[in-house]
Amino acid sequence: MKTEMKKNPFTMHIDVDSFLPASAEEKEYMVQMRPSTTFFRDGVKRLLRNKVATVSFIVIVVIALSSLLIPLFWPYAYDRQLGVALGKPVDDSYNNLAPFEYGATERARIEAGEFVFPHLFGTDSAGRDYFIRIVYGTRISLVVGFFASIIVLIIGLLVGSLAGYFGGKVDLITMRIVDIIYSLPDMLMVILLAAVLKQTKLAEMIEGTFLERVGSNIISLFIVFALLYWVSMARLIRGQILSLREQEYVLAARSTGAKGSWIIRKHLIPNCISVIIISTALQIPSAIFTESYLSFLGLGINAPMPSLGSLASDALNGINTYGYRLAIPAVVISLIVLSLNLFGDGLRDAFDPKLNG
Amino acid sequence: MNTKNLLYILKRIGLAVLTVWVVITVTFFVMHAVPGGPFLGEKAISPEAQAALEAKYGLDKPLFEQYVTYLGDIITKFDFGPSVKQRGRDVVTIITDGMATSAKLGVIAAFGALVIGIVLGSIAALRRNRLIDRVIMVITTAFVSMPSFIMGTLLLLLFSLRLQWFPANGETWQGLVLPVITLSLYPMSYITRLTRSSMLDVLGQDYIRTARAKGVSRGRIIFGHAMKNSLIPVITYFGPMLAYIVTGSLVVEQIFAVSGVGRAFVKSITGRDYPLIMGTTIILAALIVIMNLIGDIMYKIVDPRINLE
Repeated sequence: MKTEMKKNPFTMHIDVDSFLPASAEEKEYMVQMRPSTTFFRDGVKRLLRNKVATVSFIVIVVIALSSLLIPLFWPYAYDRQLGVALGKPVDDSYNNLAPFEYGATERARIEAGEFVFPHLFGTDSAGRDYFIRIVYGTRISLVVGFFASIIVLIIGLLVGSLAGYFGGKVDLITMRIVDIIYSLPDMLMVILLAAVLKQTKLAEMIEGTFLERVGSNIISLFIVFALLYWVSMARLIRGQILSLREQEYVLAARSTGAKGSWIIRKHLIPNCISVIIISTALQIPSAIFTESYLSFLGLGINAPMPSLGSLASDALNGINTYGYRLAIPAVVISLIVLSLNLFGDGLRDAFDPKLNG
Repeated sequence: MNTKNLLYILKRIGLAVLTVWVVITVTFFVMHAVPGGPFLGEKAISPEAQAALEAKYGLDKPLFEQYVTYLGDIITKFDFGPSVKQRGRDVVTIITDGMATSAKLGVIAAFGALVIGIVLGSIAALRRNRLIDRVIMVITTAFVSMPSFIMGTLLLLLFSLRLQWFPANGETWQGLVLPVITLSLYPMSYITRLTRSSMLDVLGQDYIRTARAKGVSRGRIIFGHAMKNSLIPVITYFGPMLAYIVTGSLVVEQIFAVSGVGRAFVKSITGRDYPLIMGTTIILAALIVIMNLIGDIMYKIVDPRINLE
């Protein structure tokens, strides 16, 4: 049959049967047994099957939600020194309370039958409720980690996709810059920049804007991330784009007259999205790491705002008597970083089809 | 070694030199963004240091000229100027004084991490999915997620304050035990994981099967065939490990009161001793860059299969 067709390509002998309406039996043949899955849904399914990643995700969500919600109803503020009241001498009995101990006036109120909200983790040396400080510290660490990786993502995406797409001189120059920044010892540069930005007039510059509430030290932390950490992201995306742009479908799009920005947005980025998501997710713990490290060295968050790193650093002074004050932020930060890392690994296993051997 | 490899090495050395220069330049100009400049601005400078600095760097001269003087002094005399907080001492002396202790700490930590990491990694790979492998992987995963300052403070709390096994002060050799452990746990865990995965990779390869089919003993396969090749990726970790130990030592020396470079650096930051900050940043950065360079070159030499760019 086939060979005959080849011999007579313009034959008028049409098989009339092919044009009859399909029977019910034939129609059943075409029915979709199962809805086709999208790449995203497939990845989520695989992620949910990974128990470690799911548990880590739940841990992260619980920690994030409690750091957001607990301050709404907690009766103490993170910067409120409980022993200090207007027009009265400072009440020392509030400083360095052990967990579930109360200050002098609070004890009096309890005697009188009033309910006083307990200090779950006691208070610190300035008489501030330690539990709420831990909650705020967690919040700061998560916020810094999240936004820092967003900044890194945006800059890396922009530079990497442009360098990868245009190639040639643009690529050469950007990649030399990337090479140099990449080989800079990042931590030392971060410390240097953080130390200097702390001394500059940044605090005056942002006065009056909404940035003031964020604090100049966090801003300088973000500047540091924006300056240094985009390079590995840019390198990764450039590599992806370089290999993707040689694909046939890009050629096809170009031959139908698609513009550069269209090809980048519609063809290249969707195809390297999984790699981007994974490395952004893995960027968060490393940013949290860096922030706590800097806070520990006294280069991070402005007091009285706590961060997990500065809480651990403050606790070092009273480590002999108040060991738990060090252990709590230590456990929280390790838990956050560990679950983010495990979740990131799970994401990589679920969303990188090239790794599914 | 062929010319292609030589060319690559030269290119890498060029990049390393360029990087160190960028570090010096960035450090210098960033430090001059501080109000009053790095050498001025603080009231506590002793008159002698002030005079020495002014004479040396011509603080009234234009910025670029000061930069050229600073760079020139580093290149020709390895001179980073005097400290503005510690009277009569210059930056290089302070750093070399601290370096003796820090280097001891760092070398022992690196060596320990390497040996224990490779041993644990090999055990985990050879006993894949057995109990011991699981235990090793869980422990190393936990250690990799723990910042060095957390690790250090917890060890301090447990072993020197509660159990009193080691002194909390790092001046004697007993005092160096905990800092060394703190510094080495992260790289050790990383090397363990690295060795495990590369060992598994190597054990799955054809030449191992061939060796086994020939009847080579298990010990010979592991130590004669698999070990050498599975250690190649570990070499690439050489540079990053040193970078980790250097930055880790900043906090570890702080926690355990070890008088090394790291502590001097942190002290210079909190005390705003700018020439010392600049000098320490540059010297430590150069150290890391050089170690990265050595690691890269070693990697290329050890494995002739690796094709150079």
